[in-house]
Amino acid sequence: MTTTQMVLAGLGALIVILSIVAIFDLLPSLRIVPDDTKFDFTRFRRISFPISALLSILAIVLFFTHGLNFGIDFKGGTLLEVQAKSGTADISAMRSTLAALQLGDVQLQQFGGAADVLIRLAEQPGGDAAQQAAVQKVRAALGDSVEYRRVEVVGPRVSGELLAYGMLGLIVAIMGILIYLWFRFEWQFALGAMIANVHDIVLTIGFMSITQVDFDLTSIAALLTILGYSLNDTVVIYDRIREILRRYKKMPMPELLNESINSTLSRSIITHVTVTLALLALYAFGGQAIHSFTAVMIFGVVLVGTYTSIFIAAPLLIYLGVGEHREDADKPAAKPKP
Amino acid sequence: MLYFTRWKALAVILTALVVCLCAVPNFFPEATVKTWPKWAQRHLVLGLDLQGGSHILLEVDANSVKKDKLDQVRDDVRRTLRDAKIVYTGLGVRGDNVEVRITKDTEYQTALTKLRELSQPLGGLMGQSGQRSLEVSDAGNGLIRLSVPPAAINDRIRQSVEQSIQIVERRVNELGTVEPLIQRQGLDRILVQVPGLQDPTRLKELLGKTAKLDFRMVDTSLPAEQAQGRVPPDSELLMSSQSPKTPYLVKKEVLVSGADLTDAQPGFDQRTNEPIVSFRFNTSGARKFADATVKNVNLPFAIVLDNEVVSAPVIREPITGGSGQISGSFTVQGANDLAILLRAGALPAPLSIIEERTVGPGLGADSIAKGELAAYVGSILVIVFMLLTYRLFGLFANIAVTINVLMIFGILSLLNATLTLPGIAGIVLTVGIAVDSNVLIYERIREELRAGRTAISAIDAGFKRALATILDSNITTFIAAAVLFYIGTGPVRGFAVTFGIGIITTVFTAFTVTRLIVAGWVRWKRPTSVPI
Repeated sequence: MTTTQMVLAGLGALIVILSIVAIFDLLPSLRIVPDDTKFDFTRFRRISFPISALLSILAIVLFFTHGLNFGIDFKGGTLLEVQAKSGTADISAMRSTLAALQLGDVQLQQFGGAADVLIRLAEQPGGDAAQQAAVQKVRAALGDSVEYRRVEVVGPRVSGELLAYGMLGLIVAIMGILIYLWFRFEWQFALGAMIANVHDIVLTIGFMSITQVDFDLTSIAALLTILGYSLNDTVVIYDRIREILRRYKKMPMPELLNESINSTLSRSIITHVTVTLALLALYAFGGQAIHSFTAVMIFGVVLVGTYTSIFIAAPLLIYLGVGEHREDADKPAAKPKP
Repeated sequence: MLYFTRWKALAVILTALVVCLCAVPNFFPEATVKTWPKWAQRHLVLGLDLQGGSHILLEVDANSVKKDKLDQVRDDVRRTLRDAKIVYTGLGVRGDNVEVRITKDTEYQTALTKLRELSQPLGGLMGQSGQRSLEVSDAGNGLIRLSVPPAAINDRIRQSVEQSIQIVERRVNELGTVEPLIQRQGLDRILVQVPGLQDPTRLKELLGKTAKLDFRMVDTSLPAEQAQGRVPPDSELLMSSQSPKTPYLVKKEVLVSGADLTDAQPGFDQRTNEPIVSFRFNTSGARKFADATVKNVNLPFAIVLDNEVVSAPVIREPITGGSGQISGSFTVQGANDLAILLRAGALPAPLSIIEERTVGPGLGADSIAKGELAAYVGSILVIVFMLLTYRLFGLFANIAVTINVLMIFGILSLLNATLTLPGIAGIVLTVGIAVDSNVLIYERIREELRAGRTAISAIDAGFKRALATILDSNITTFIAAAVLFYIGTGPVRGFAVTFGIGIITTVFTAFTVTRLIVAGWVRWKRPTSVPI
């Protein structure tokens, strides 16, 4: 049995013991969030809105100055993941070997272990056949000293299409969700969710620009997942807002929003802990191939998504005029009776 | 919300059980599963990123299809006018049109009518589009212009892709790989996925060749070296396939083409022991070849493959047996590949590789191991956390989530879906959100308890209120997953599939399985307080 298997078996045993203890109701209750919190989340909008605006502008500036590190999916070109058969890879020797081939911009990068190297070739002039010829040259130059673990070649036409499809997908997803929310809620909610949405995407793109992770099809997948999750969160809070709006006709909006956020706070935090646990496991053990995918996701889902639902999406409703037409809405209400 | 009729409870349990059971074949080795009845064999397919293999996207060269079509129109025009004995000049392809000038005004109308007969409705007898294969127009001054409309070109490309798929299939099958996938994609593309291929170089070489083989006579009217710039109109200058590249002056007329071959096999020349390819003509090919060799004894002929001269032997005696051999300084591999290509037939138009993604088996195995480990660790962390947070109800949630994950595998197996590394990530993420539906329910129950309800009434209200929210929040996430499925290819699509199915099973388990467990517990315990 390997160490990993032993650790897993140990954890499995722990689960069994905990489950048995749970059946006999002997576990102490773990409360992350105390009952009946009364945080004034909506007042914080005077800080959170300017901060978000500033961060969004910063993200957009970064996008235009630093840009995104387009992977071969969108830029075209060639990517080879090789593993030295001798144990460690001599990157500088490989670099000079490949530079001699005169294939334009060649990037080498350690990838995971000491033996693994990621080689990127820029798109070769001369169409699809030229890309294939370049791969052949690299294979011939590196010879049998390495194992070719992954080879990806994306021609100019395909990369253009993939980028167009990716962008189209993001837009279609946002529109689809917007329309759904419009049907289920009022239009103000749909608009609020969309602003929150765009805010999430902008910040995540800023993050990708700073970290210069590869922006490829997987990143689009990450962005769409972040979108889905952030909305999931927003919808849970909006659902509660709608419910309280129906129940308490006279509660002022800021108080009503605070009540909604506070009553769903415990759920928000517990769910984020579980999602974070799953993502951290993927980040730590899932291997290099999904590293940047999970990193982006942790940033987007855990950091941005939660913040957005609580501090942006919900307070936005005040400005969008939700609940204005209720009778006596502006008068301070008596403490609502449950 | 807590009351289930007996048949309803039974239906829920049966559905969950059957779907979970569909996942069973994945836990047995493939050899064992093969011995089971057919209906029980459905299982997950590992994506190319997990089992290793090549994904190659080929595109038919549309320009070449167009050029062939225009050349064919030009030949048709020549034959038609010649048959009708109409005098013409300046026949040729100009841009996207074929143009011809009728010399005599009196013959102009006849020519126009005759040429219009060349145009046919598109789509054969069933053609209802009103589109025609050729547009014949009067350009004035005796000039007739024939153009091929885009629909006709697309028709050609479509046919060409269909033929190419069959030929590509034959070539790939010759490699002896397991379960290659070959399918059309879009109008002019062919996707080839070959699992478990160590080095795709040979595959790419086989796919990249058109393999158009012709037997033609060598033009001996002047030496090829001097022909540069004054090539006779019915001949062309071609290069040899081996280096050093030497020019050959070859007649354009084709004696016999590769389409007349019935078989080709690699072998060795009995005298020189060089690798050769021996071939056999069909009856008409054999007759044509015999006629040609009878007429041209002691003259050289050229074996032309993809516009390169493989060899140009001299005909010593008439070859009437209908078989022959090609020798051209091949390697053993080269002779083997040529035989494969000749047996599979020539592609109607060249194919180019526009996208390639190859994963070696080593990386695939590593990815599986890492994905599994991440999945175990992630699930264990979430399960322990749920137990600590919700105790007995945490256990209920864990049972529900386990059923949920088994159901995902069951549905993926039923669909014979492909599992990729991002797909595994999708499952781990589903574990993360599947508990969210439980969290929503439990938190709501706690709220209702705080509001002063009795245990059973709080549980009932908790479910009722939380389920609406669960539905709303999951539909939005599902929209994102659905979009991802449509735009994604390969691994990304794998993520969308597991993620999307995960959302569906999550909603199902929240509405039925979790409720059933809690309802059962309530009936059994008649609780006065909720340990939550």
